[in-house]
Amino acid sequence: MENINHIKVGIDPNGANLPSIKELLGKTDSIQTAERNAASEGNFYEPLGDKIGPGMNSRVQRLRKLSFEAEPSISIERALHQTAFYKEHYGKHSIPVLRALTFLDHCEKKTLYFGEDELIVGERGPVPKAVPTFPELTCHSVEDFHVLNSRDQQRYTTSQEDINTYAKEVIPYWEGRTQRERIFNHVPDTWKRAYEAGLFTEFMEQRAPGHTVLDGKIYKKGMLDFKKEIQDHIDSLDYMMDAEANDKAEQLKAMAISCDASIVFAERHADLAEERAQTESDPAKKAELLKIAEVCRWVPANAPRTFHEAVQMYWFVHLGTITELNGWDAMNPGHFDQHLTPFYEKEIAEGTLTREEAKEIICCMWVKVNNHTAPPKVGITAKESGTYNDFTNINIGGLKSDGSNGVSEVSFILLEAVEELHLLQPGSSVHISPKTPDKFLKAACKVIRQGHGYPSVFSPETYITEMIAMGKSLTDAREGGCSGCIEVGAFGKEAFVLTGYLNVPKIVEITLNNGVDPVTGIFVGTESGDPRTFKTYQELYDAFHKQVKYIVDLKITVSNYIDTMFAKYAPAPFLSVVIEDCISTGKDYYNGGPRYNTNYIQCTGLGTVTDSLSTLKYHVFEEKTFDMDRILTAVANNFKDDEILRQTIVNRTPFFGNDDDYADDIALQVYDDLVKAIDGKPNIKGGEFHLNMLSTTCHVYFGKVMGATPNGRLAAKSISDGTSPSHGCDTNGPSAVIRSLTKLDHTRSGGTLLNQRFLPSLLKRDEDIAKLGKLIRSYFTLGGHHIQFNIVDTATLKAAQENPEDYKDLLVRMAGYSDYFNDMNPDLQQEVIDRTENDSF
Amino acid sequence: MYSNDKCISSGECVKNCPNDALTLTPDGIVTNADLCAMCGKCADVCPTKAMEMTGQLMTTDEVMTQIKKETILMDTSEGGVTFSGGEPLLHHKFLIEMLDACGKEGIHRCIDTTGLANSNILMEVAGKAEHFLYDLKLMDSAKHKEWTGVPNEKILENLKLLAASGMNMNIRIPLIKGVNDDDENIYESAKFIATLEGKKPLVNILPFHNIAAKKYEKLGVHYEKGIMDEPSIERQKRVLEIFEEHGVNAMIGG
Repeated sequence: MENINHIKVGIDPNGANLPSIKELLGKTDSIQTAERNAASEGNFYEPLGDKIGPGMNSRVQRLRKLSFEAEPSISIERALHQTAFYKEHYGKHSIPVLRALTFLDHCEKKTLYFGEDELIVGERGPVPKAVPTFPELTCHSVEDFHVLNSRDQQRYTTSQEDINTYAKEVIPYWEGRTQRERIFNHVPDTWKRAYEAGLFTEFMEQRAPGHTVLDGKIYKKGMLDFKKEIQDHIDSLDYMMDAEANDKAEQLKAMAISCDASIVFAERHADLAEERAQTESDPAKKAELLKIAEVCRWVPANAPRTFHEAVQMYWFVHLGTITELNGWDAMNPGHFDQHLTPFYEKEIAEGTLTREEAKEIICCMWVKVNNHTAPPKVGITAKESGTYNDFTNINIGGLKSDGSNGVSEVSFILLEAVEELHLLQPGSSVHISPKTPDKFLKAACKVIRQGHGYPSVFSPETYITEMIAMGKSLTDAREGGCSGCIEVGAFGKEAFVLTGYLNVPKIVEITLNNGVDPVTGIFVGTESGDPRTFKTYQELYDAFHKQVKYIVDLKITVSNYIDTMFAKYAPAPFLSVVIEDCISTGKDYYNGGPRYNTNYIQCTGLGTVTDSLSTLKYHVFEEKTFDMDRILTAVANNFKDDEILRQTIVNRTPFFGNDDDYADDIALQVYDDLVKAIDGKPNIKGGEFHLNMLSTTCHVYFGKVMGATPNGRLAAKSISDGTSPSHGCDTNGPSAVIRSLTKLDHTRSGGTLLNQRFLPSLLKRDEDIAKLGKLIRSYFTLGGHHIQFNIVDTATLKAAQENPEDYKDLLVRMAGYSDYFNDMNPDLQQEVIDRTENDSF
Repeated sequence: MYSNDKCISSGECVKNCPNDALTLTPDGIVTNADLCAMCGKCADVCPTKAMEMTGQLMTTDEVMTQIKKETILMDTSEGGVTFSGGEPLLHHKFLIEMLDACGKEGIHRCIDTTGLANSNILMEVAGKAEHFLYDLKLMDSAKHKEWTGVPNEKILENLKLLAASGMNMNIRIPLIKGVNDDDENIYESAKFIATLEGKKPLVNILPFHNIAAKKYEKLGVHYEKGIMDEPSIERQKRVLEIFEEHGVNAMIGG
């Protein structure tokens, strides 16, 4: 009977203050009180017994184990091919054709990996988790390799011999020719100062623009069909009237070459499979190899005919895009369940496929995604993005492009793969529309309960409205979804480029110092007045607003330059083949070819900003508890010797996330002004800039570059993540959080992020699962975009910190993706621990 | 209420107390209950909220404003408002006002009660509620008096009345080792519930826990741990079996 939201109206309303079990138990060792025992497969798992690891059968178990245990390493093969090819051919061809030819050259030569047990074949590196470098974008130095070899987290190993080869063959050629150098040699000092102060980050300084997600076209057309289409467009170019016809011809030729490259790559796998079949004595294994050969002969050249071919088709396209140029937020099949359903249903009806076989193929592909670790980052980007994750996010459920329910049996199979394999990659999300059956929502909630941090949960109604508001057609918007974390786009038809994070709390910090970064003493903003002279809160807010506009414009100016450099020097002809309208416009994915072209700036720290402004408004200008000088002095001293002030602020200020209009109104104004500062500014591709509210792991880095803030946050502590409230400041429970959050009009953004952490014991029973489902539906009814959960108690996290070996498999939700707790640096770990732990709904 | 672990010994409360009821000691704040007038001025100035006033005086309209904020959550979860306490029926005038106000908004109303109340009041309240959570602690009246301070005749009579009115009910039995978990009491409870008129209630067996200990501490009241304890899992299973034998739906928790 006790419903999720049966509010207790107590005549003596003390129920809200009930202590948690752990409080009662006192300060015993975290290990003793951890709700999740070490080495358990999950909160509610069967013990593994004699199995070698999770997985539906021994093949999948072996594949998963191999992938799980493989250590990320660097493969220099691609860089060597790339460098040799550029040395010989640069200048002989147009840039798009040169790019396509290098891709073809690499597909012809690269060392193939064909693992025992594999049903889905193809690997970017020579072995699982061997990651190529992209020297044309960022050329790693010898020192970079040594750092990557030895750093504690996100280590990538490279042999000394390879480092020597790299130093001799690769580094000298690229010196001064990389995208990174082109960018940093160009940017104005004002930008550089702000960037180095940590006011924003820049994704594109060492990774290509990503967020590449596919629609259903590759399941209906093969590369030969695309080539024909490309040829038709070449044939109809008007060299007389169209000033861009020659550029288009080069781009289209490049696309056709890329199609050949992916076919060559597949054929080489077919050859290898046949070769192995010849010497294979086990007839079952022989048949399996011949089947793989047949599949690789057919796709990607032709449209897939079977479930197996459809998955392999996707995998070849995935590999192609991440080999050509591994864009940020790599590659994503989009609504994978919807794409595979026609193949599944046809074959099940014909009796040529069983559910188990389909699931096995899916599991094989899951392992493949996990084998593909993100390329290593350097510099500030490495500091802000501490993860191996390359952000493939499989969208499950949701709506079809005709607006009907997209859930099918395949959706459930994907959920099973998510739960059973619980690997770092791929990430997964479920899309819950009012049309989504409760059965599916419950199945998803049961996976969430496992505590691996995924799937995250999205509201199609909200993001479809977001996309329509940005000018997409209804059908294209419906076929859209989430690419990596929470950002959404029109799958297969849009380049939605995330350009970097905006440290909005740092903008508050420089506002309080009249444009100076107090951490370094360097002037990084614009002059907005001495806050000690401000008479009203409005004056303070206006100063902050002035800084916001200044910093946003600074970032956009350089973003547009970077976009120009990518369009010019690093086109992606293979990716352009599979993204709608690139063929018909004859333009590259990075050059306005796609139907939609959006640039995003990800704003972080709404909670920290709101709470800081609320502190000053409430205590300085209204209640006059403290004057500006006292707070600013305390902030400058990191609240040293003024704990009473800090405690008063922390405990006696209206903070965001409690359904308190005082604070929430400030959040609304900040959000509104961020939208106005960013929204609609033109990019170079005929599209616009928009905002989304996402921090991934950047809130930790952004916190590090800051002193204390007026909300009582101490220096170097992480700022609030996504649109979540500041850590521990949401004291009125999850329903107040979602009410605060949904006062923001999510549809004006390109995505918001809300983290919630629950104790595992809260989700033990089936009726608890139903409650979680209702919380999700309520959030979405109110207009929420995304919500994700960590189902883990603080004691477990502490136990994992103390005994990392015992908790190797502990996945937690970071921000838009899950990561192994023990792969995170102590700052990130602390940040997960600090999130408010909900012990009731 | 005072939480020692939150106290930073700022001394603000001591300074602000008009009656000098508070003393700052090395072990935290000590309140002289004879001098304390419950004015709450100490809580107003405490920087860490170590000192808190519990409860808040609110009008019906103020409570309704808070409740209405939850409308969409209540709608999607088919939830509503549970009036509990203490004992809500002790404050029936306000309770009835609140029930009428919720009724006007079409909000589902539930009463969580010990059942110790004037029968007329109980039935008036029942006329304005959709559901009851009704405590049933011990069937033997003398034992009931020993443990709760009151006999149980009125409680049982009210439960019969309420059941006969057709009310939807959960009957809640806090199960305490050595107090009411013996076969005899459970048999009697099951028999009694089985013979109730009206709709079949669901019985929630609530095994005893020590969650209140922290609150006792905050209130500065001594909490005697160990007098009461949680019955074993086997015992809980046995209790469920007895209810089943009598055709009564029962579950642990809820």
